Amino acid sequence: MYEHDVIVVGAGGAGLRAAIAADEEGADVALVTKLHPVRSHTGAAEGGINASLREGDSWDLHAYDTIKGADYLADAPAVDTFAKAAPEEVIQIEHWGMPFSREDDGRVSQRPFGGMSFPRTTYAGAETGHHLLHTMYEQAVKRGIEVYDEWYVTNLAVTDHENPEDRECHGCVAYDIKSGEIHGFKAKRGVILATGGLGQAFDHTTNAVANTGDGCAMAYRAGAPMEDMEMIQFHPTTLPSTGVLISEGVRGEGGILYNAEEERFMFEYGYANNDGELASRDVVSRAELTEVNSGRGIEDEYVDLDMRHLGEERILDRLENILHLAEDFEGVDGLDEPMPVKPGQHYAMGGIECDENGETCIDGLYAAGETACVSLHGANRLGGNALPELLVFGARAGWHAAGKEMKAAEIDTGPSAKSEDGAVQPPVEPGAIDAGSEDVVADGAAIEPTAVIENAVENERERVETLLEADGINHANVRADIQETMTRNVNVFREEESLEDALRDLREARETYEDVAVSDPSRTYNTDLIHTIETRNILDVAEAITLGALAREEFRGAHWRAEHQERKDDEWIKHTILAWSDGTPELYYKPVNLEGDEETYEPKERSY
Amino acid sequence: MSTQIEQQETEEQEQETEVESPGDRRRAQKREREAKRQAQRETEEATLDDEETVLLKVFRYDPEVEGKQEPRFDDFRVPFHKGMTVLDALIYARDTYDSSLTFRHSCRQAVCGSDALFINGRQRLGCKTQMADLESPVRIEPLPHQEVIKDLVVDMEHFYDQMHAVEPYFDADELPEDGLEEQRQSRENREKVKMSTRCIWCGACMSSCNIAAGDNKYLGPAAINKAYRFAMDEREGENRKHERLRIIEQEHGVWRCQTQFSCTEVCPKDIPLTEHIQELKREAVKNNLKFW
Repeated sequence: MYEHDVIVVGAGGAGLRAAIAADEEGADVALVTKLHPVRSHTGAAEGGINASLREGDSWDLHAYDTIKGADYLADAPAVDTFAKAAPEEVIQIEHWGMPFSREDDGRVSQRPFGGMSFPRTTYAGAETGHHLLHTMYEQAVKRGIEVYDEWYVTNLAVTDHENPEDRECHGCVAYDIKSGEIHGFKAKRGVILATGGLGQAFDHTTNAVANTGDGCAMAYRAGAPMEDMEMIQFHPTTLPSTGVLISEGVRGEGGILYNAEEERFMFEYGYANNDGELASRDVVSRAELTEVNSGRGIEDEYVDLDMRHLGEERILDRLENILHLAEDFEGVDGLDEPMPVKPGQHYAMGGIECDENGETCIDGLYAAGETACVSLHGANRLGGNALPELLVFGARAGWHAAGKEMKAAEIDTGPSAKSEDGAVQPPVEPGAIDAGSEDVVADGAAIEPTAVIENAVENERERVETLLEADGINHANVRADIQETMTRNVNVFREEESLEDALRDLREARETYEDVAVSDPSRTYNTDLIHTIETRNILDVAEAITLGALAREEFRGAHWRAEHQERKDDEWIKHTILAWSDGTPELYYKPVNLEGDEETYEPKERSY
Repeated sequence: MSTQIEQQETEEQEQETEVESPGDRRRAQKREREAKRQAQRETEEATLDDEETVLLKVFRYDPEVEGKQEPRFDDFRVPFHKGMTVLDALIYARDTYDSSLTFRHSCRQAVCGSDALFINGRQRLGCKTQMADLESPVRIEPLPHQEVIKDLVVDMEHFYDQMHAVEPYFDADELPEDGLEEQRQSRENREKVKMSTRCIWCGACMSSCNIAAGDNKYLGPAAINKAYRFAMDEREGENRKHERLRIIEQEHGVWRCQTQFSCTEVCPKDIPLTEHIQELKREAVKNNLKFW
């Protein structure tokens, strides 16, 4: 058994920032990660990092833009904490050597981004995430932070008290991909989940193959609730054939969207009469699909994003990476022709319910970054807000887990925050096939930390042995079925019937998964096994997304419902919360906290 | 197995289910779905003969699986489509024919650096290499000069060790006292280090380098490029730069490079590695003169 003060699971932006913060506080911290840190998908982020750095801008403007972008489903304490801390975090990474794009006076450049009232998006070309990830990894190397590289965390070691709020997380179980060994990790002060996105629940996504919602699924099954899972962001500009992201920076710099009739449809059809292409992402994605559905799409599939008028010099200076992506993955020369784009799954606003200090309702279990839901992004995340989020809340989770004195959190978590029961009626039973008998993390007697971890290790060894020894179906079939139904039925436009179809398909996929087995018998670098375990995680998060989508009978932010075409503030300024309840998911609500430091945010009509 | 037999089996199961428990029904449905899948796979394979396909010859090795302990090449025939990359073809082969086929990959967009492979005799990223640009059959091997763990997966530890050896982290002589004030950097200086900051640690350069192959201690092009990235960054200051030049000037540093340009040729991010190494040689000479 390995032992550290703080264990960080995942070594992308949030994980690295958390580890550095814990290290700053003197904790013995280790990163346990299925990918080497520089392979993480933070590296694919392109556009930038929002922070109010300059005269004329202020944290409260940033906060207001964020709340409005979130369509009033974000919690004000999270948003205020975030907007206040973003500038110092940005300067911090500059001090760590981040190669930001610069102004003539040598200061960090900022550009306009969707939904922002001030050009506050700092960037490093169109590969901001790559530079951020490498800069932070370098700082982790400098500090000698231990990295368990290519170790896949498969489960958490959590006590099994009846009420999740009484549970304690003592560590986790990890599978050494290279050797095939399974080991327990004891975390004396806390486990921070920073596992990133869940885009692999969909088949047209900007996310990496590794983004399988592992943290969400593990926390969910251990008793930490999922919050606002229905809120999935579809990015309006992804390449049609691969889902590769074309940065919002292109529109930020002045790129224009055209339909098949060469109309600038954002204005022509009134989708966003003020901000046009720079309306928030949910608005632009719906506009594009409405164009395609009205017969004005190109090849009935996509629209064009044109940046030629920006000129070669400006493009090479600020967006060069976009030229490479369009050329390599779509065969298009962006200097010479418009780039085809369509909406693709991009980001999960929802995730593991936690507070401003990253704490979940389970003692010693934290979450940060995309896998977490503080909630900062509410119903729609603004472009350029994900990277500062992972800096601000990654750092806070790291500090708190390491024992730093911090202001008590204002956001409530766990069952005690419940305000009312949910009223969703799924057409089939969701949750575990044998509810109550599986995924119970520790048995009744095991409350002592080491015993909890040993127990969890034993369970994982058994699971792996079973998968390796049995004959059965290849998980890839199940994964393909999940992705297909999610993309068809739980997309930008959602209908009750389709959502129910998705739940039926997911149930079927869950049943098929019962027969899944790993055919590669090897202990050495068995990716068949890793992918099989991931597919189980994808199943749990896909179902949570769909249940949330069925429950939320309104149109808010990224969540559009055919039968409910209005934002219903009287009824729906509340978070959808899903508790696993040992395999029989329970849906309930908790109120949104709009009490900011300076003001109470009043929901207003959201137009761009 | 023909599809007809599968269908008969399915019909029998359906009849059985009427008198069986829900569990049995579920299992029967599962078998039915599997039969459907099998039929679909067979149809797909049958139509492969007509459609355009490509042949992959893939290196296989697993130290602990019988039959794979001796390295060999396996053939996979996959349907070709426009825009298909080598990574797409590998994923198809794995998910359709052999789930034990092992290779690293993640982002699919040439930024995570996981899938540098030796494709038709050259180091390339699988996700960035179009099948259409390659001669058939396409031969896919792990990166040369690195220990193979399994199939196309190589041990990257040595590469990481070399990267770490150049103290690959920003370390300014002094920082602004105000925690909210950034360091200034001229556009020109940012431009100077820009290409060097693009490195994705894929290891293609190191694998292509003859010197690195013969001298295990040679820092290699990626690590020297990393040193360049910091040594040339005006924000760090002269003392740190002096220290950095001392590191890359050691016995197994820049002077080993014989400017063969193989690293520059294979770099998937077009980093002018050889130029950077040459420039550091010049800087090192200047540095020595200055501190004499």
